[in-house]
Amino acid sequence: MELILTEDQELIAKTAADFAAERSPVARVRELRDGRDATGFSRDLWKEMADLGWVGIPFAEAHGGADLGLAELALVLEALGRTLAPEPFLSTVLLGGGALAAQGSAEQQEQWLPGVVSGDKLLALAYQGPESRYDLAVTGATARREGDEWVLDGEKIQVLDGHVADALLVSARSSGSEGETEGISLFLVPKDRAGLEIVRQIRVDHRNAAGVRLSGVRVGADEVLGAIDGAGAILEQVVDRATVGLCAEMLGGMQQAFDLTLEHLKSREQFGEVIGTFQALKHRAADIFIEIELARSVVMAAARAADEGASDLRQLVSLAKVRCGDAYVHVTNEGVQMYGGVGMTDEYDIGFYMKRARAAQLTFGDSSHHRDRWAKLGGY
Amino acid sequence: MADLETFRGETRAWLDAQCPSTLRGQDAPVAAVWGGRKWQPAHPDQRVWLERCAERGFTAPTWPKEFGGGGLSKDEAKILAQEMRALRLPPPLLGFGLTMIGPTLLQYGTDDQKREHLPPICRGEIRWCQGYSEPGAGSDLAGLQTRAEDCGDHYLLNGSKIWTSDADQADWIFALVRTDPEAKKQEGITFLLLDMETPGVSVSPIQLISGASPFCETYFENAKALKKDVVFKVNAGWTVAKALLGHERTMVAEAFGSGEGSRATLAERARRYLPGAEAAGPLPDATLRDRIVQVEMDTRSFALTMQRSRDAAKAGQQPGPESSIFKVVGTELNQRRQELLMDIAGPQGLGWEGEGFESDELDLTRSWLRSRGNTIEGGTSEIQRNVIAKRVLGLPD
Ligand SMILES: Cc1cc2nc3c(=O)[nH]c(=O)nc-3n(C[C@H](O)[C@H](O)[C@H](O)COP(=O)(O)OP(=O)(O)OC[C@H]3O[C@@H](n4cnc5c(N)ncnc54)[C@H](O)[C@@H]3O)c2cc1C
Repeated sequence: MELILTEDQELIAKTAADFAAERSPVARVRELRDGRDATGFSRDLWKEMADLGWVGIPFAEAHGGADLGLAELALVLEALGRTLAPEPFLSTVLLGGGALAAQGSAEQQEQWLPGVVSGDKLLALAYQGPESRYDLAVTGATARREGDEWVLDGEKIQVLDGHVADALLVSARSSGSEGETEGISLFLVPKDRAGLEIVRQIRVDHRNAAGVRLSGVRVGADEVLGAIDGAGAILEQVVDRATVGLCAEMLGGMQQAFDLTLEHLKSREQFGEVIGTFQALKHRAADIFIEIELARSVVMAAARAADEGASDLRQLVSLAKVRCGDAYVHVTNEGVQMYGGVGMTDEYDIGFYMKRARAAQLTFGDSSHHRDRWAKLGGY
Repeated sequence: MADLETFRGETRAWLDAQCPSTLRGQDAPVAAVWGGRKWQPAHPDQRVWLERCAERGFTAPTWPKEFGGGGLSKDEAKILAQEMRALRLPPPLLGFGLTMIGPTLLQYGTDDQKREHLPPICRGEIRWCQGYSEPGAGSDLAGLQTRAEDCGDHYLLNGSKIWTSDADQADWIFALVRTDPEAKKQEGITFLLLDMETPGVSVSPIQLISGASPFCETYFENAKALKKDVVFKVNAGWTVAKALLGHERTMVAEAFGSGEGSRATLAERARRYLPGAEAAGPLPDATLRDRIVQVEMDTRSFALTMQRSRDAAKAGQQPGPESSIFKVVGTELNQRRQELLMDIAGPQGLGWEGEGFESDELDLTRSWLRSRGNTIEGGTSEIQRNVIAKRVLGLPD
């Protein structure tokens, strides 16, 4: 693996950065929040991103995709992370789309993926129940066979973009008990299926999520994704890939939060000098710089490991999540502190980054979850 | 790529055949090889191994062949290092010649200087020390006062250096001296090479907290330095000094960036010391286990960042801002590792000498103490952070 960008990748990064700055400033996130926008992101902009080819990056050419890797998608997500764009890459492309691409039958893929790639269809992955915390093997739902059909019951929380998804991919326990990797199945449930109740949830980062209740939801055998009882490992792979995507977004966010903070350090004056002359702040700025450099390396490595199918992929994913989670929270906490009073106001953007940092850190496993996973993978 | 694999195969076979068995495994001598006129090998085979490697250019793998190096590409050198590690072979030679003055002469030396100094460095015949710091000039290095008075065909040196690592073992010194006391402080400094046997040069060792005395005070009293031994230009020594510090920081970072090397992993050591930890499964001390993870993760992040920098250099890109963090991250990481190793060993980490402690436990104590110097030598961590804030982040003075 080489930790540099190819010329093509440089071009993607540049295009995405320009797009984010021009079309998706943080002001847009404010408007969506303040207007209590029902969708929570812009469908028009999503369509534009699809037309630019970004939504289709990881999908096969047969479905209209570009058949590229996470290394490329990460560049787009990093650029969008800089301006906190809320468009549904994680939910539709990496989670829902990722599960379909990994496990869907030819018919299922044909039915959904071209629409995903064109920006017309949205997906979500309902993997997390009220008792799951970060354990993917605790699903919060059950699946019972009735003739040719399956009947789903249970509850899911904070399903990313669940309130607008055209279909939910739902993990449920079809055998064994909660906590076991064996015995989990994945089902494709269209949004209007009887017994499915979806309630939008409002989170601190103003991103979109939904609570989902399943009450006797019936799905056909053709709506099972992959093998019955065999979805546990797939779920981990899909969430790992989405974690890398989230880390790339976090990398962009922390970089922007730091750039904003640096600007403030160079312009705010106290005691007759700009506050950036104070060594107590300089050294902390240097520490932030160090953390971001390290984060960049691990995100690049994790994305490439995923593309190359490296044997230590899971370690690298956990490493990236810990590094990015801790760094993003640190950078934004320090940002608010170094802004002083204005850092606490809604008017300044730095607070938006701090909120997003916290939400991202607690998504797909927090730092102690991933440190524990690293130790287990290392045999201790 | 096929060429590289051929190179790997040949190199492995050569290394395996040529490294004497006495230097491998449990009973191999612990003392590293620094070479020089005063060197006494801990085992005669150390000299055999050094000579064989020097003959093949493997002591300075990437230096040009005409100056005693191996003429290897960066990729080949990386393979050589990997194979050395895989076979758990000791490095044939260490020292400031290879890591500091050699690369600096390749950059700033005349052809005569390269021909005179580089081959003896590669063969381990001449050991070098670094005469930068003075009692009054540490972090503020450019404030140095050692005088070099122009006497026509030579300079007369007067003054003293301090913290000169291994000055009592070294054959030559590279020193910063003041040639123009009137100029702005950075602009009156010259970079000089000097034989330590020159009359008027003397050293006195200073004892460290780790008990060893690897550094010295070095005195110059009317010591004669030849003009041919000025590197680059008179009064332009600061440029050379900074380039050498760059090599020094890279060397320090690389020494700490690779993590465990061939030694036991932190988790293996924890199994040795924690009661009830012999069996597989999670370590019984959850806090210690988490600290091990943190050090391992940070070590990996650091190694990946160095790889990113190397990959960029290989692709012909300028070194990016990431390289400014290597010294501070590598040294602080090593200190955390050493402290963790002490905590893992528990009471067995407290040995100083004598009975009741294994030899690796006694080494541990000393190397923990030695590691405290890592964030001081070669520019302190505070100075590194100043440099990042100013040069990379553009924060004003
Ligand atoms: C093990 C070891 C080996 C060494 N080997 C060599 C050698 O071979 N050759 C050689 O020439 N030198 C050598 N040194 C010396 C080393 O380079 C100096 O010790 C170092 O540069 C610091 O200088 P000082 O000791 O005078 O400390 P000072 O400069 O007095 O610093 C004291 C404290 O003040 C802080 N400080 C100073 N200035 C600032 C500032 N502007 N902002 C914030 N904090 C500041 C420092 O970070 C430090 O914490 C060695 C040192 C050690 C520990």
